[in-house]
Amino acid sequence: MANLLEHEAIYYLREAVAQLERPALLFSGGKDSIVLAHLCRQAFLHLPCPLLHVDTGHNFPETLEFRDRFVQEFKARLIVARVQDSIDRGTVHEEAGPRPSRNAAQSVTLLEAVAEHRLDGLLGGARRDEEKARAKERFFSHRDQHGQWRPKEQRPEFWNLVNAFHHPHEHFRVFPLSNWTELDIWRYIQRYQIEVPSLYFARPRRVNSQLLADEQGREELVRFRTIGDMTCTGAIRSRARTVEEILHELETTRASERGTRADDQRSQAAMEDRKRLGYF
Amino acid sequence: MLRFVTAGSVDDGKSTLIGRLLHDKELIPSDVLQGLTDLAYLTDGLRDEREQKITIDVAYRYFEIQGRKFILADTPGHEQYTRNMLTGASTADLAVILVDARKGVTSQTRRHTLLCSLLGVPQIVLAVNKMDTVEFQQNVFQRIEQDFYDYADRLKIASIVTIPVSALEGDNIVHKSAHMEWYDGPTLLHHLQHVHLGSLLNQVDFRLAVQCVVRPHQDFRGLAGRVLSGRIRPGQQVTLLPAETTTTIRTILGPGGELDEAVAGQSVLLTLQDEREAARGTMVARTANQPERATRLDVNLCWTDARPLQVHTPYWLLHTSRKIRCQVEHVHYQLDVDSLHRQPAQTLELNQIGRVRLVCSEAVFFDPYDRNRETGSLALVDPQSHHTVAAGMIRGAALDPEKDQRIYPYQASIDRVQREQRQGHLACVLWFTGLSGSGKSTLAQELEKLLFAQNCNTFSLDGDNLRHGLNSDLPFSQAARKENVRRAAEVARLAFEHGHIVLASFISPFAEDRQQARQRIEPGRFLEIFLDCPLEECLRRDPKGLYARAQRGEIPEFTGISSPYEKPQNPELHLPLQPLERSLQQLLDLLKIRHILPPS
Repeated sequence: MANLLEHEAIYYLREAVAQLERPALLFSGGKDSIVLAHLCRQAFLHLPCPLLHVDTGHNFPETLEFRDRFVQEFKARLIVARVQDSIDRGTVHEEAGPRPSRNAAQSVTLLEAVAEHRLDGLLGGARRDEEKARAKERFFSHRDQHGQWRPKEQRPEFWNLVNAFHHPHEHFRVFPLSNWTELDIWRYIQRYQIEVPSLYFARPRRVNSQLLADEQGREELVRFRTIGDMTCTGAIRSRARTVEEILHELETTRASERGTRADDQRSQAAMEDRKRLGYF
Repeated sequence: MLRFVTAGSVDDGKSTLIGRLLHDKELIPSDVLQGLTDLAYLTDGLRDEREQKITIDVAYRYFEIQGRKFILADTPGHEQYTRNMLTGASTADLAVILVDARKGVTSQTRRHTLLCSLLGVPQIVLAVNKMDTVEFQQNVFQRIEQDFYDYADRLKIASIVTIPVSALEGDNIVHKSAHMEWYDGPTLLHHLQHVHLGSLLNQVDFRLAVQCVVRPHQDFRGLAGRVLSGRIRPGQQVTLLPAETTTTIRTILGPGGELDEAVAGQSVLLTLQDEREAARGTMVARTANQPERATRLDVNLCWTDARPLQVHTPYWLLHTSRKIRCQVEHVHYQLDVDSLHRQPAQTLELNQIGRVRLVCSEAVFFDPYDRNRETGSLALVDPQSHHTVAAGMIRGAALDPEKDQRIYPYQASIDRVQREQRQGHLACVLWFTGLSGSGKSTLAQELEKLLFAQNCNTFSLDGDNLRHGLNSDLPFSQAARKENVRRAAEVARLAFEHGHIVLASFISPFAEDRQQARQRIEPGRFLEIFLDCPLEECLRRDPKGLYARAQRGEIPEFTGISSPYEKPQNPELHLPLQPLERSLQQLLDLLKIRHILPPS
């Protein structure tokens, strides 16, 4: 039985596709974007827009394999925007230091893809419960010509009315899963028996002391709660090998989902600062 | 699932209250709790918010307690961010309005209460916070409570609960306070967990606004949209607006597959029996139950842009899935938030609330907001800046200005609201409909006696007393019966506008005529009472011998015998054959629920 959140997400997906001219669905191969793509198929009976993958070059190999199979099964059109290309173009400089993260660089690559493909809408699986700055997002979040988010000037959203008016070169980030929690995502995955990358399920993996993937590290029984850039996404100790076990784990855990993300830990306003500059 | 907002002035402690709620229920992730220095920081997620120690934008929090799921919108208290408060409140089931015990009810408290009332938020909780700073004194709480009721009693709010709390100390948030033994009501959390939830959506009038047409391949064409209200099944007849084409629903596809029935809130795909032209913006309704249509609308407007309203200037109107050009033709008045006085105005500025007349370039298909928030709500967008400049609630169709002028002299120098204030009850029209002999007049007379005994101003109208005077020129043809009902409705309106509880008893067999009578009266004040008495019983009673004559063919077109009676689809009260006392009790209850009579 579909629940209210599904109906709500489908409503906003349809608004996005009906009101925007050239939307794309941001696809990372993570659970949220997988769920979003499935909802898209429920809304339109096919995928009405291309998938856009921002490739940091620091992917878990499983994610890429999963992505390619997914694209085939959904008969999707895939656009890949590579951070490496931005580095080669000189629009992005690689971070210095021992574990350079390409997380911040993604924003530049993403905006370059928006311009290149003349996109006016990016559908994303971000949820308000992930992080404090995201808790302030609207369903339709306006970005100016420079791709910037101006949190103080957000358009109000009254009832379910969507104001998607925009000038050329502006775009919207659309978050149909705004009201979902991590638990809702997994309940949906369970309800529709959706396949997700094996990284989400516990098995012995080599990790370092911060539980980041590390071939030199020791073996531990872990799984990933989020899948991002491999250099900054930490695992959690877990025995959950199935969707049901993950649901049980989430219902009893008290740690936050993004607590494993080194990129969010850098400062109080880390996410907000990245979002202002165009991060997803 | 409970969607609720917190509102109140700056520094009343909204964010702290939420932090306390989550903290005491152990709903804060352990790694987040570790770095926390102030409970308010849990929701104040923006840098400016932490630096200025205020809330700027709505923050949403999600939690689940014993099977009830909560979506909380923490909204800003600063007047300049009222639009963000509106964003949170427009979809809320409940609002927690905070007041600082030291400051009492402020202008901002009244503003938020007024907005909640206009938006139709059904449940309000007044949380008197910082009780610790006034030594938990009962009389401080009581004084604030009284101030609040003095204001709120003049508004339309279905339910109000007041709770004394201290968010900082945790009193009456999750745990019962040890400092306020004089308070025996629920804690805030207890109330949130147990408050009865009705749906915000109208469950009766089927409406669906097409968002797009889905055509994945040659052989499938579906109309995609959300059921805004009511319910629909395959095989039912529908009309597509504005084309006014009629067809039948073939299948309904939901996210999980085909459905036997779709209900309000669901996103579905409809396929139709035959190919009909439809596109984004098409409204689908049951043929027998269609929305109102008008190009001129009477609207309550909350202005949310720094640039004031400009009359006779184009705006985009967002309504259901349509975008329509419109202008504000006239500002009727601006509402003073504190006194609720209607002040003459030429414009509305940021955060002001008023009544306007909109004129649209095409007909709008709507229901009054009080009846259906999905088809009664609208937003205005500035075509240059693209800002969302106003939120609007449709009250009804507006007359065009020429007709308005003709009606103005009618408007009494003492208006209905003044009369209502003095007499202590509101005006309404009770429209009793049913077959001849169903007991309309008898019931109306008995009710009138009870109301009279309670010092209410009443006014009785029935078919017979009008037929002998005002309508003595009318024959009994179909057209004349319509005219009979029209005149009756006009007389009811005059008495209503003079503050009376009007008891109108007319067979009024046609839904269209009853609908027209309804449209003459302010939304929410026309109460259709259907006496559902079986024809056999009416025949048996036949108090005036009319059925016998009709059966002998002496009276042509007699309702129930040789002319149809269209049963009301959604009467405010449906009375089956039952003892008179029970019907009277149900009527009195209805008048109290609708706030026509004060609570006893």
